[in-house]
Amino acid sequence: MNEAAGNSTTEAIIEAVGVEKSYPQADGTRIQVVGLTNLSIEPGKIVALLGPSGCGKSTLLRILTGLSHPSSGTLLWHGKPLDGQMPNVAIVFQSFALFPWLTVLDNVEAPLEAKGVPAVERRKRALRTLDTVGLDGFETAYPKELSGGMKQRVGFARALVVEPEVLFMDEPFSALDVLTAENLRGELLELWLTKKMPASAIFIVTHNIEEAVMLADRVMVLGRNPARIRSDFNIRLKHPRDRKSARFVELVDYIYKVMTEPEVEHALPDAETTAEIILPTGGLTRDALKKQEGPLRTTKYQMLPHARVGGIAGLLELLHDHGGREDLFRLAEELVMDVEDLLPILEACVVLGFAWLKEGDMQITPQGVAFAEADIQQRKVLFRQAALEHITILKQIDSVLKRKTDHSIADEFFHDILDEHFAEDEVQRQFETAMNWGRYAEIFDYDRDQGRLVLAESSAPSQSSATPVIDTPTQNSAPKS
Amino acid sequence: MKKLTSMRGFSAYRIWAQLPGLEISYLPDLVMFGAGIALFYGVLVVGRSWLGPFTPQVEISRSPLALVPYAGYSLLRITIAYLLSLAFTLVYGYVAAYNPRAERFMIPLLDVLQSIPVLSFLPTVMLAMVALFPGRQLGVEAGAILLIFTGQVWNMAFSFYASLKSIPNEMREAAKVYRFSWWQRFIEMELPFSAIGLVWNSMMSVAGGWFFLMACEMFVLGSRDFRLPGLGSYLQTAAGAGDTRSILWGVATMIAVIVLLDQFVWRPVIAWAEKFKVEQVESSDAPRSWVLDLIRHSRGLSQIRKKTVRPLAERLMLHFAHKQPSNDAEPRSPWKIWLMRLLVMLLLAGISYGVVRVVMILTGLHKTELQQTGIGLAATFLRVNLTLLIGALWTIPAGVAIGFNPRLARIAQPLAQIAASVPATALFPVVLLLLIRIGGGLGVGSIVLLLLGTQWYILFNVIAGAIAIPTDLKECCSVFRMQGIQRWKKLILPGIFPYLVTGMVTASGGAWNASIVAEYFHFKGHIYTTVGLGAIISQASDESNSKLLLVATVMMAATVVTINRLVWRRLYALAETRFRLET
Repeated sequence: MNEAAGNSTTEAIIEAVGVEKSYPQADGTRIQVVGLTNLSIEPGKIVALLGPSGCGKSTLLRILTGLSHPSSGTLLWHGKPLDGQMPNVAIVFQSFALFPWLTVLDNVEAPLEAKGVPAVERRKRALRTLDTVGLDGFETAYPKELSGGMKQRVGFARALVVEPEVLFMDEPFSALDVLTAENLRGELLELWLTKKMPASAIFIVTHNIEEAVMLADRVMVLGRNPARIRSDFNIRLKHPRDRKSARFVELVDYIYKVMTEPEVEHALPDAETTAEIILPTGGLTRDALKKQEGPLRTTKYQMLPHARVGGIAGLLELLHDHGGREDLFRLAEELVMDVEDLLPILEACVVLGFAWLKEGDMQITPQGVAFAEADIQQRKVLFRQAALEHITILKQIDSVLKRKTDHSIADEFFHDILDEHFAEDEVQRQFETAMNWGRYAEIFDYDRDQGRLVLAESSAPSQSSATPVIDTPTQNSAPKS
Repeated sequence: MKKLTSMRGFSAYRIWAQLPGLEISYLPDLVMFGAGIALFYGVLVVGRSWLGPFTPQVEISRSPLALVPYAGYSLLRITIAYLLSLAFTLVYGYVAAYNPRAERFMIPLLDVLQSIPVLSFLPTVMLAMVALFPGRQLGVEAGAILLIFTGQVWNMAFSFYASLKSIPNEMREAAKVYRFSWWQRFIEMELPFSAIGLVWNSMMSVAGGWFFLMACEMFVLGSRDFRLPGLGSYLQTAAGAGDTRSILWGVATMIAVIVLLDQFVWRPVIAWAEKFKVEQVESSDAPRSWVLDLIRHSRGLSQIRKKTVRPLAERLMLHFAHKQPSNDAEPRSPWKIWLMRLLVMLLLAGISYGVVRVVMILTGLHKTELQQTGIGLAATFLRVNLTLLIGALWTIPAGVAIGFNPRLARIAQPLAQIAASVPATALFPVVLLLLIRIGGGLGVGSIVLLLLGTQWYILFNVIAGAIAIPTDLKECCSVFRMQGIQRWKKLILPGIFPYLVTGMVTASGGAWNASIVAEYFHFKGHIYTTVGLGAIISQASDESNSKLLLVATVMMAATVVTINRLVWRRLYALAETRFRLET
């Protein structure tokens, strides 16, 4: 099966041609969520879509399933465009999305009911599918009586009972504990390999790199802001794959590099035997990129990674303990953390100038060392220096507050600035992170009830603080209100 | 085993052979059979009465024996009004939730309609209905039912709309990806999801129905005197004659009906609705009902269900499943669009005409009338807020004491529940008798009456809030020896704040509405009244003074909506953000 999969002559079931998704903003501009993407799903393959959280992979999945319509581009189903029709697909959801008032059996029968299958036949097929996923004996139970793993089995059964051509999975294991997830993943793979799976392709969205390498025949790595395919390659390792094998580790390492250093081109390890590149890193050619950037405003504004100061300090301490340089994969393993959780902390260290990344390694900078070794009060000073040097929004806040005679300003002002660059949810998160960092660095106080930022006592301009204040007269262009 | 069951089907008298051991599942069948026969008899009686000729002055008997059929008639009216409300709710909520353009005006409209007191609808509705069914009792009946409907429907519609809006995204997507027909989506997702909200709001609505029963069953419109046989008219007649014994009989009957309804309808429904709770784990103490158990164990009923409901449901489900090949992207035909536009234009024209008329009437008013309503508004405003204040002053300490003390809660909560389920209007005559004997006028009396109707909302919510304060916070206060005022300021008041706001909002709305009944009262042939907007509305309705009725109603609706917007909604927002106890 997997050998055949490498054959690119097979006709695609679903093909996305030049698909994009953007949402209109209140001020008339559009925020792009999914950048120009070409993608196809072929029979006989498990395709994994990898990317950091909030990068738009779920949006892409919803476009491919027909749940959401692309802003431009077309979706082809066996070469023909879909006109508002739902294709024969199924989705396994992260939150399971079972109907709590229906029994397990009724939940699985529901899609068949929708197809107009008569009662007797419906029951027969549902029971057979429940048996396949190992749920016999639980037919009359309600979902709330089941554990998370069992619930997701119902989710699988409900998806498989319609015999979909493509089985879509949106982070199906991430709401489960590690052991349950591992077990379920193994069973899923076994069903697929023994061809007991009534679907001809699987498309799984995940942020778990190992999960992708474990399952997939083809991996696409998505970058964010907007979502765009950064790397696309086939994996030729035989099943069952050994997590500890050198090739497995190399692949995981490679994906780490692609995800953490998107600008740099990375070489795929051992191309002939383990994997083959379909798209080079960097995704599309530069020309294509330029072309689509025309009418849209792409984000130039610095995007803060959502990390807490405590996490940043912890990671730097660990890195310092390890002699200042460490492999990312190993760091994640030691911390027992998903990339999902590790990546923002890592990025925060980098934007603050406490560390830099090279070839999948993390290297601490002198500032980082100083921060790791400092005590509580010194850390605040060092963090403040770093923040005022590198973080655009904090620089802006600081200089605006100092210029105003009452040293205070409504938070809406910064909301407005952020609104121009980010989608609604992201604005809120950017703001929260900025508040978190700025308060820690004692750049300002934030009165949430009043919605006002007030210059912190220690940084009032009259008092010459120990920190060199870099008052950059830039970017203070007031937002249009 | 199989053989045995099939033999049972052949000879019915085998039931008798088994009676000594009496399999439990047959007893329910007998009960259900009795219920069926009783229902049939009821339909016969009602049919004879309603379709009979119009008798404008039904003599309301004051004999206690007459109470049984009267209670039945009132119950029937409330039931029909409730079913109408439910139907309206489903349609209105559905359209508002799925049509963004309609939503924009349907929801504010709901807000306004909710704040219009029931009695203001009375003259119009009644005259229209009587004109619709000339010469038949049905007209007056339909009018009364519609009036009860206007008191019940709005909060139900709002609840359904809110539930539809809060269905989780992934659940919706599941329904879409698996191509549910709209029928299946409705039956298997939307209706179950909104079930719990609908049940609680239905309970509130029906309780409200009892509240206005007296006003809806017997009233004077200009020169015409309308009376319908019922519990409400019985109480009113008894009050009019000053017959204390009859009043007590009537009140007792009403309490009995309410308790029975609670046992036979609401409790089973609540226990049944438990399965619609969207929760991840099973709760340990789910509400139970012996009636529900009885129904569930009735073999006869389950047979009937198997033979009728299930096949029908199956037929419907498959019918809609086959019918829906390409509903999604069906292009609207141009004439349909034009028809829609025409309808909207007509609607807009109708609304503008109405607004113009209202403005014309308002500008044509006498200065004295305006002054009168203005003073009335001020008086009622003060009265309502005084009521809230008094209510809050005693219910907060009492509620917190009950909530903090589990042993007290176990005794007090059921008692309070019974007290609250008795509609204040039923007690009005009794209270009024007392007040007259003591010597207070309706000016003071109306406050007592309002209090009777609304304080429970605050009390219940405060109890719930006090129970919800986490134990570790209480312990923390004890450790730091916070006592007295400090304890109230730091722990109790912030802790119960969201609940208190909810209670006060409900109480405030209820008090405005109740002012109509509380400020104007027929008693022993007299009309007892006091200065207030509610009295003006009642009086205008009695005298068929549509101008004054309109002015007073508009004023009350505007005031209630404004207060909601300016005060309660803000407090709600504050409660949701700052005073939320996150777990």
